[in-house]
Amino acid sequence: MSKIVLSVESVSKQYRLGQTGTGMLMHDVNRWVHRIRGKEDPYKKLSVVNDRTKVSDSKYVWAIRDISFDVSQGEVLAIIGKNGSGKSTLLKILSRITSPTEGVVKMRGRLGSLLEVGTGMHPELTGKENIFLNGAILGMTKTEISRKFDDIVDFSGCARYIDTPVKRYSSGMIVRMGFAVAAFLEPEILIIDEVLAVGDAEFQLKAIDKMKQVAETEGRTVLFVSHNMTAVQSLCTRGILLNNGALTYTGSAEDCVKEYGDANYHEVRESAVAVRPDVIKTGRIEVSDFWFENREGERKFIFMSGDSIQMKLNYKSSLDELPFLSVSFALHDANGSPLAELWNFSVEGAEKVYPPSGTITCSINSLPLNAGRYYINITIRHRNQMDYLLKHAAYFDVLQSDFYGQGFMPNPKFGQFLLEQNWSTT
Amino acid sequence: MGSTLTNKEKDWDLVIEPVSSSMQALRISQIWKYRDLISLFVHRDFVAVYKQTILGPIWFFLQPILTTIIFTVVFGTAAKLSTDGLPKPVFYMSGIVLWNYFSEVLLKSSETFIAYRYIFAKVYFPRLVVPISIVFSNMLKLGVQLILFFAVYLYYCITTDLIEPTWHLLLIPLLIVPIALMGMGCGLLVAALTVKFRDLKFMVNFAVDLLKYVSPIIFPLSMIDGTLQTLILLNPMSAIIETFRVLCFGQGEFEWIYLASSLGMTFVLLAVGLFYFAKAEKTFIDTV
Repeated sequence: MSKIVLSVESVSKQYRLGQTGTGMLMHDVNRWVHRIRGKEDPYKKLSVVNDRTKVSDSKYVWAIRDISFDVSQGEVLAIIGKNGSGKSTLLKILSRITSPTEGVVKMRGRLGSLLEVGTGMHPELTGKENIFLNGAILGMTKTEISRKFDDIVDFSGCARYIDTPVKRYSSGMIVRMGFAVAAFLEPEILIIDEVLAVGDAEFQLKAIDKMKQVAETEGRTVLFVSHNMTAVQSLCTRGILLNNGALTYTGSAEDCVKEYGDANYHEVRESAVAVRPDVIKTGRIEVSDFWFENREGERKFIFMSGDSIQMKLNYKSSLDELPFLSVSFALHDANGSPLAELWNFSVEGAEKVYPPSGTITCSINSLPLNAGRYYINITIRHRNQMDYLLKHAAYFDVLQSDFYGQGFMPNPKFGQFLLEQNWSTT
Repeated sequence: MGSTLTNKEKDWDLVIEPVSSSMQALRISQIWKYRDLISLFVHRDFVAVYKQTILGPIWFFLQPILTTIIFTVVFGTAAKLSTDGLPKPVFYMSGIVLWNYFSEVLLKSSETFIAYRYIFAKVYFPRLVVPISIVFSNMLKLGVQLILFFAVYLYYCITTDLIEPTWHLLLIPLLIVPIALMGMGCGLLVAALTVKFRDLKFMVNFAVDLLKYVSPIIFPLSMIDGTLQTLILLNPMSAIIETFRVLCFGQGEFEWIYLASSLGMTFVLLAVGLFYFAKAEKTFIDTV
């Protein structure tokens, strides 16, 4: 068994809710009185489980509660959980930005993170000066930065601008430069948060490759925080699942992803479509819900390649009947490139008359998609007039499975579709 | 499993614990590790401030020159305050330059947490690096202003016989150290307190401005005696400014006890400041 490089022992963090300032002095005094009398902090026992959807009287809350886990050298650990589950708080404690209320964290070696892209860059200084400044903020010495300087510049792709003040850079260039510095920090324990959404597609690929290199070939320990289940599955060896500030599951990355998919779907996006501010509509047709189901009729947002998927849409209209109702679910990839349009006219023709309200279902028997995240745009037209448009209405993740039954899957980098195919030699 | 057990016995490189259980923040070795960051911060503060300004580094001179002129006219000529028989410009400038250093270090380092909150929210480095870099970048500025001061000083040495330079001038660098520590000590304390009580920020700006008149900048200490003098000596900067004048001009009130009490106050301020700063740095991010 390899050596443990990070040990988290029953760590908890308490926050005070609401306005800071009012009554703080009183609480501080009260705390102090308790302390000199040798009693426990009176506000520690007040707080409740962190569930942001429920109203509670308590002004204190445990952002994370009693979390313990160990990470061994070379392990790639996924930390997953929905928004507000305590992931960021945990990372903040690990990276020493804030300290725990209770518990101890022990680690060996330097911990660095890619969540600090471009921290502390000064607009008036040149790219070169900023690489040094940024590197030093992240904990590198001048000699270390000088040694890696050419690599950093090379990786950032900003060589031509290196003596220009950063204020003349495009925002993309600043991100590239920041990421490049962070990527060459080479800490023993690396934290990767979902910053990879920044930068253009070319740079994202570069960044993901760099991450893989760090994790796989250099044998560095990585903590990977992401909502992208595909990435988690392909990169991580083990996972922990956080829910309402508590650690609810530890296991292999795959199991963790499944557990997450099962446990969390319901509350996250039910009726999310109905409250979206970015919808364009006439009001003649309202969509109250849009969701995905598996073969068993359970709501899901994670599917395997080859799974059956049903896209369902609840609608209501002010009209009595709806002839010539065109419903389209357009499938996009994460970069926004259109992949396919699922359109009722193409299957049912234009003559079908829809009732004034109901549920429309579009089923795909065997999902011919490789691992990745896929988005749906909803467009509804009635008699050729657009009544409803919602871009990125919902998304689902597809995980790799043995689609062709041979234990080999094409690389998603080279294309998202899995086509039925026959090979022969003559 | 056996190997893990032995591993657990081994020393960890880093142990993170709740605030109350230890005082790790002051580890000097930690700060020494970040010395390159300090020098880069100093470089940034010194170089970047006057970029894209028309007068550029002349701003370093302009402020003390203009203040000296105004003091000479208002306090020297109009109010006819004594300057211990010294040429008015050198007298005022000596006080102004030293006081500026003190107040800048104090005010800037008191804003540490507020000014750096976006960086502190994202990355860890010993927070003390920031006030230390403020001490040094302002020390460079002080150096530049002292060159100006000694230019004026030299002018009066040559044109008048009121000033006789002595080997005492060589002791001046020793006086800079307590000013730096005093400014930083007060600044750290204020920084720690402003985390929770923002009102303090306004009070401090105001207080430092007023304190300027409770120090021998516009008048010599010899002009005042009794309780009022004791009051002025309670400002630890007073003894330093007087000592500076003694070293430069051979004029002024110098007693070892004044200097010793000033140094005593400096160390108390610094210790208290460091203590509260260390406490505040661990959790301020939850409050700011």
